[in-house]
Amino acid sequence: MMTLEKLREIKEKTRPILEDRLKKEGKTEIREDGSIVLKGDYYKKQVRIALRNCEIINPDSIDDYIALDGYSALGKVLFEMTPAEVIDVMMESNLRGRGGAGFPTGRKWNEAFKYDADKKYIICNADEGDPGAFMDRSILEGDPHSVLEGMAIAGYAVGADQGFIYVRAEYPLAVKTLKKAIEQAKEYGLLGKNIFGTDFSFDIELRLGAGAFVCGEGTALMESIEGKRGMPRVKIHRTAHKGLWGKPTIINNVETLANVPIIYQKGADWFRSIGTEKSPGTKVFALVGKVKESGLVEVPMGMTLREIVFDIGGGVADDRAIKAIQTGGPSGGCIPADLLDTPVDFESLAKIGSIMGSGGMVVMDETDCMVDIARFFLDFTVEESCGKCVPCREGTKRMLEILEKITEGNGEEGDIERLESLAETISSASLCGLGQTASNPVTSTLQYFRDEYIAHIRDKRCPAGSCQALLEYYITDACIGCTKCARNCPVSCISGKVKERHVIDTETCIKCGTCMEVCPVGAVITR
Amino acid sequence: MVQVTINGIKYEVEKDKTILQACREVGIEIPTLCHDERLAPYGACRMCLVEVEGGKNLVTSCTTKVRDGMVVYTNNPKVINARRDVLDLLLSNHPMECLTCEKSGNCKLQDYAYEYGLVDGTYEGEKRNKEIDDSNHFYYYDPNKCILCGLCVRVCDELQCTNAIGFEDRGFNTIVATPFNQGLEKSKCVSCGNCVSVCPVGALQPKTKVKFRYWETKKVRTTCSYCGVGCQMDLLVKGNQVVGVEPAFDGFNNGLLCVKGKFGYKFINHPDRLKKPLIKKDGEFVEATWEEAYRLIVSKIKETKENYGAEAFGGLTSARCTNEENYLFQKLFRAVIGTNNVDHCARL
Repeated sequence: MMTLEKLREIKEKTRPILEDRLKKEGKTEIREDGSIVLKGDYYKKQVRIALRNCEIINPDSIDDYIALDGYSALGKVLFEMTPAEVIDVMMESNLRGRGGAGFPTGRKWNEAFKYDADKKYIICNADEGDPGAFMDRSILEGDPHSVLEGMAIAGYAVGADQGFIYVRAEYPLAVKTLKKAIEQAKEYGLLGKNIFGTDFSFDIELRLGAGAFVCGEGTALMESIEGKRGMPRVKIHRTAHKGLWGKPTIINNVETLANVPIIYQKGADWFRSIGTEKSPGTKVFALVGKVKESGLVEVPMGMTLREIVFDIGGGVADDRAIKAIQTGGPSGGCIPADLLDTPVDFESLAKIGSIMGSGGMVVMDETDCMVDIARFFLDFTVEESCGKCVPCREGTKRMLEILEKITEGNGEEGDIERLESLAETISSASLCGLGQTASNPVTSTLQYFRDEYIAHIRDKRCPAGSCQALLEYYITDACIGCTKCARNCPVSCISGKVKERHVIDTETCIKCGTCMEVCPVGAVITR
Repeated sequence: MVQVTINGIKYEVEKDKTILQACREVGIEIPTLCHDERLAPYGACRMCLVEVEGGKNLVTSCTTKVRDGMVVYTNNPKVINARRDVLDLLLSNHPMECLTCEKSGNCKLQDYAYEYGLVDGTYEGEKRNKEIDDSNHFYYYDPNKCILCGLCVRVCDELQCTNAIGFEDRGFNTIVATPFNQGLEKSKCVSCGNCVSVCPVGALQPKTKVKFRYWETKKVRTTCSYCGVGCQMDLLVKGNQVVGVEPAFDGFNNGLLCVKGKFGYKFINHPDRLKKPLIKKDGEFVEATWEEAYRLIVSKIKETKENYGAEAFGGLTSARCTNEENYLFQKLFRAVIGTNNVDHCARL
């Protein structure tokens, strides 16, 4: 059986070994307060709370986690606090859900705590599905015990003895790491019956998702755990009252749960001292796209987009001009360059038509076509709509068809108005969050980049030069008449005499780009 | 009781009712395609959208409970436009075959299109193009007419408890299908036809050889004659011919029937059906009056009983008779003929 005494012994024994290993590796430094952080410019401006142990501890070793105060928070709440006090601290910390919606975790817990039932459940939502987002994966693969400990604390707070981690099967390493972590925690008596020898029992099981994005939506997730088709339920009851198998259920995201233990170690005041007043703490972002240094960044809430992209990410790749930042994945929006000084928190992003979402952050430069970006995200949503409600099933498909028409050069007057009215219907009439936010990529690009849409529709021109169908290959007067392009053209649409400027017949041209590749003087351009 | 303001008028309604139930009780019509009071709320068709003051989005009235002081609008321009758009999207992915569709005149999609003034879907683009499953003997499924309201799937699951059908694929490609897409004939389907009875459009249709339009028929309420349960149903009668059966919702069977009641009505107008008693004369059956027939039966019973005794008789009655008829039959054998040799097909 695990006791606080034993936990301390393991910590004292393992910490020096861990420090030795880290010193040899040289990637980290130990601060005065004893905390261990990663070295380098990329990490200087970051504040790592959810990712505090990632790349520092060995994820397969529970002792490593304990060496860095792991499971001390669970010990503390079990011996020193009542469930009501645990919830009070969570409310005070104002930790908001990191899955995207930002609902206060403490209030959620309190709802389930107050609701009397013979069985309650804690679910960890690890069905991370936004394209390009991998923060949950990194936590599960790099620091699984922080999630397990967070779940156990949540279980104690609301009175649940069973937890499920719903993790996507596309994360095999995360699944393996989690399995091992659960096994170790059970062996140590940190999960299972009578944890730390108290009356509190809590068990965790894994459930693997089968690849549907919509199963990240809470009610669809529960349907899936119950063995049904993953389709969202109607919200006639609160999940905290009637959730999994009709019992009070708490669903928290991986990153949210990873924040939980440290709040009980350091206190709600400490947590509130980071970030903004309404959005305390940090947020992990997957900084990707046309940025010099892509990767996961964890920053205090309220840091501006500019600081994240330029101070941490090192600026735009190839030193091109930044055009927009897409945040929030398929449910998010595109933020134009002139709003780069917007602080990143739940309210500020919502105000400018985007969302925090699970934390995807895609940097785009002048070569990215905003209509095509909207089309890309709609394509994703159409593919992932569950098909239950009409606006999402039929409406997103029609939106995609209009966007495809525009990017293929067949846009017509009235298409923009059509998109806007569809967006209005889909967002106000859809059943779940997936449908309600599906049109965000379109509405936000229409809001900030309307002229690009107009250029596609009226001038049949893609200002970013990215929509293949709207490109025109053109030979400038730099042409030396070497005939190389004419000889290599697969459809023989280039004519011209030797040593004279050549001409492309744009009617026949298939836009393969061969002429541009073979031209020795760079005389072939797209326009 | 709570007080709710609907379209500017205050009503007192019961606390646990949904907005839809409350509205229907006070006589306000709200369109629905996927709602059925017998089933758990589903909220898929989005036709029953209403606006609740203070809410961000429109809400489905079938899944939202009334609250005290709630202010609801069921027919303001915002609501009407949203419903029109939803209908438009449905029609844009629906074959416009109303002229030849068997369901015409009894189709909710057609009715709402008329009500909301939509001639056709306005979105040009892909339409669902899947194969019709006509492997079942009694009905067929046309996925192209299906609006995916899920009533068939839920009735099969929640009321019939057979679970023969479910949804396959997702998003725009979703259809109702049997496991492994093996077709209705090879599925667990018991052909009860309860899915056909609830289908609001022409996706699930009974196979019928008689051509008829709904407005040509009249409904005749009757009791199913197949067993003693006594399910209530409406015969659809065109001229003097029964062309279909619909379950009654106000009977105790609550809108449900079995395969016999739903599809086994063709005997009614069948040319081989016995309508008069037949007596064999000179080796051939000849039509007779009921008087003649009863007289013959009585004389034969008397003769047999005299010559061979009461134990020479054996009586078998049928599950297609009512309890009362079965009671009388055994009474006839025990008290009149004087034997206990009497049995019933359902006991076997």
